[in-house]
Amino acid sequence: MKRTLFDKIWDAHVVETITAGPDILYIDKHLIHEVTSPQAFNELRERNIPILRPDKIVATADHNTPTENQHLPIKDLLSRNQLKQLSTNCEENNITLYGLGHPYNGIVHVMAPELGITQPGMTIVCGDSHTSTHGAFGTIAFGIGTSQVAQVFASQCLLVEKPKKLRVNVNGKLKNGVLPKDVILYLISKLGTNSGTGYFCEYAGNVFEEMSMEGRMTVCNMSIEMGARGGLIAPDETTFSYVEGREFAPKGVEFEKMKAYWKNLKTDEGAEFDKEYSFSAEDIEPMITYGTNPGMGIKLTEAIPLNQGNSDKKALEYMGFTEGESLIDKPINYIFIGSCTNSRIEDFRTAASYIKGKQKAANVNALIVPGSRQVAEQIKAEGLQSIFEEAGFSLRQPGCSACLAMNDDKIPAGEYCVSTSNRNFEGRQGQGSRTLLASPLTAAATAIAGKITNFTHNLN
Amino acid sequence: MEKFISLTDTAVPLEIENIDTDQIIPARFLKATDKAGFGENLFRDWRFNKEGNPNPDFNLNNKKYAGSILVAGDNFGCGSSREHAAWALKAYGFKVIVSSYFADIFKGNSLNNGLLPLQVSPEFLEKLFIAINSDASEKIHIDLENQLIKITSTGESEKFDIDPYKKNCMLNGYDDIDFLVSRKEAIQKFEDTKLQF
Ligand code: SF4
Repeated sequence: MKRTLFDKIWDAHVVETITAGPDILYIDKHLIHEVTSPQAFNELRERNIPILRPDKIVATADHNTPTENQHLPIKDLLSRNQLKQLSTNCEENNITLYGLGHPYNGIVHVMAPELGITQPGMTIVCGDSHTSTHGAFGTIAFGIGTSQVAQVFASQCLLVEKPKKLRVNVNGKLKNGVLPKDVILYLISKLGTNSGTGYFCEYAGNVFEEMSMEGRMTVCNMSIEMGARGGLIAPDETTFSYVEGREFAPKGVEFEKMKAYWKNLKTDEGAEFDKEYSFSAEDIEPMITYGTNPGMGIKLTEAIPLNQGNSDKKALEYMGFTEGESLIDKPINYIFIGSCTNSRIEDFRTAASYIKGKQKAANVNALIVPGSRQVAEQIKAEGLQSIFEEAGFSLRQPGCSACLAMNDDKIPAGEYCVSTSNRNFEGRQGQGSRTLLASPLTAAATAIAGKITNFTHNLN
Repeated sequence: MEKFISLTDTAVPLEIENIDTDQIIPARFLKATDKAGFGENLFRDWRFNKEGNPNPDFNLNNKKYAGSILVAGDNFGCGSSREHAAWALKAYGFKVIVSSYFADIFKGNSLNNGLLPLQVSPEFLEKLFIAINSDASEKIHIDLENQLIKITSTGESEKFDIDPYKKNCMLNGYDDIDFLVSRKEAIQKFEDTKLQF
């Protein structure tokens, strides 16, 4: 039978199928962080069940960490306690932890790929919905709730029903200034926020084939924003050369052996999908969202659609926008370049290349937060730090930061923020904050102009 | 886990679509390390104004409405995977959430906590809203065994779907951990014979 990439990985991980029920799926890597793991550790402790495979778990601290003075004790007591619990839990259970200040520390979906922990063909889970990011390597990766974190602790397995299969094809040539973030925002704006519910999505077509691993991660990251459990892209030479040589990647003969296996991980010609969509790259332009879900996106040059439903009206009211208006020239006081969607080195290179030699507008607070310590080091090594600082941007230490505003990095109520993160929900970046999702290039250009601007004519 | 067999109760209507888990429980309340106490902060920013006073326009604050059933608009529970959302709904006192669509992760999280996410057709959802809006004391009957939801005053009812395995867990009050731990040998065999990363 002809099988999809998804089928191949899934089938290789089914321990058992329960009659008229879910599959028992084996999990190769379990990533954990401070916010969604403590109750799972408690659960096992209370039931007196040991953690089955501590060596398949990697922990980091990212959601609830400060982005300044990380060497000092954390001021917020609750946050400090949560991080302390993570350390104690990892220590007691022999789990590797890359805590705050460790050279490998970072946002879970940035540090695991860059360390070679993420490898093609794996099943990966984490108590965080953007685990879909790892699908960029040709893995089945998805977010789970805390009860499921406890299940994986107890059995290295999960009970899951096999999702349906969706394929999204994008072919053609992307226009100048259109980044992977624009591609995924465009797809979500066309397909809606629940088009993917119940599905795992494979991205196919030359646009994804030509993307860097960083770009593929940005795309897969936001699969969840169209409702899909996860997204994935077939591994290819770009994938293999990204993985090769990384800290925890297989080495030498072992790598070659795995590579031979990885090469088979692609959808067979003629394999069937439950749903399929195709788009042309030429139709995509730099995107921005105007509402309170990621599907409410338009091209920078478009006007907010007319005749919206009640929920959309409520969203527009929250955002302070009206139907039919254009966002161009709207004054913006905050920009945020960071989060597991866009905090990799390529994102900062792109932003820096636009910013270089320019100054941010006086009204703008520009926050730059690398996804990991390694990215932060590279920003320094490549001389991007001085570009940002000379332009008046504030470069912070790594973490989730203003993506979910659990720490002090909050956008004040009523203020607009052009953000490279993945969610523009009400209050996501702080109570009353108004988020406009966009690419790092759009965010950088907004910071320089002090307002939303059609920057494409400034590009060479 | 508590058993769930059937329930007859009044409902609270929340006619809003795409209610995401950030609204159900905002991120700033996720610093706790146990499951207790999330009910107080359920829908925090909708329920209370900036000064911390209850917002009279929000249905959870409307004395007219009470009960352990929440009837909500399409695509409930989208967004972040935080299970805290299910804990908050449960801790507040809800036992069933009715909507015409649930986000996958939220659905799983609810079932794992004995909170029933009950998906009805958009038409039936409309009927529920009409019934509750015209009479807040309307009783809704839910029968998990027969997978049936009924508006008691009019007798209108609809069948709903639930994964048979999950249904069994809810009816008997046991969870996935119990089951998985019982399959240890099969898991060991898988590890011994299949490709390991
Ligand atoms: S950066 Fe944002 S979306 Fe990504 S893991 Fe952190 S909180 Fe979640």
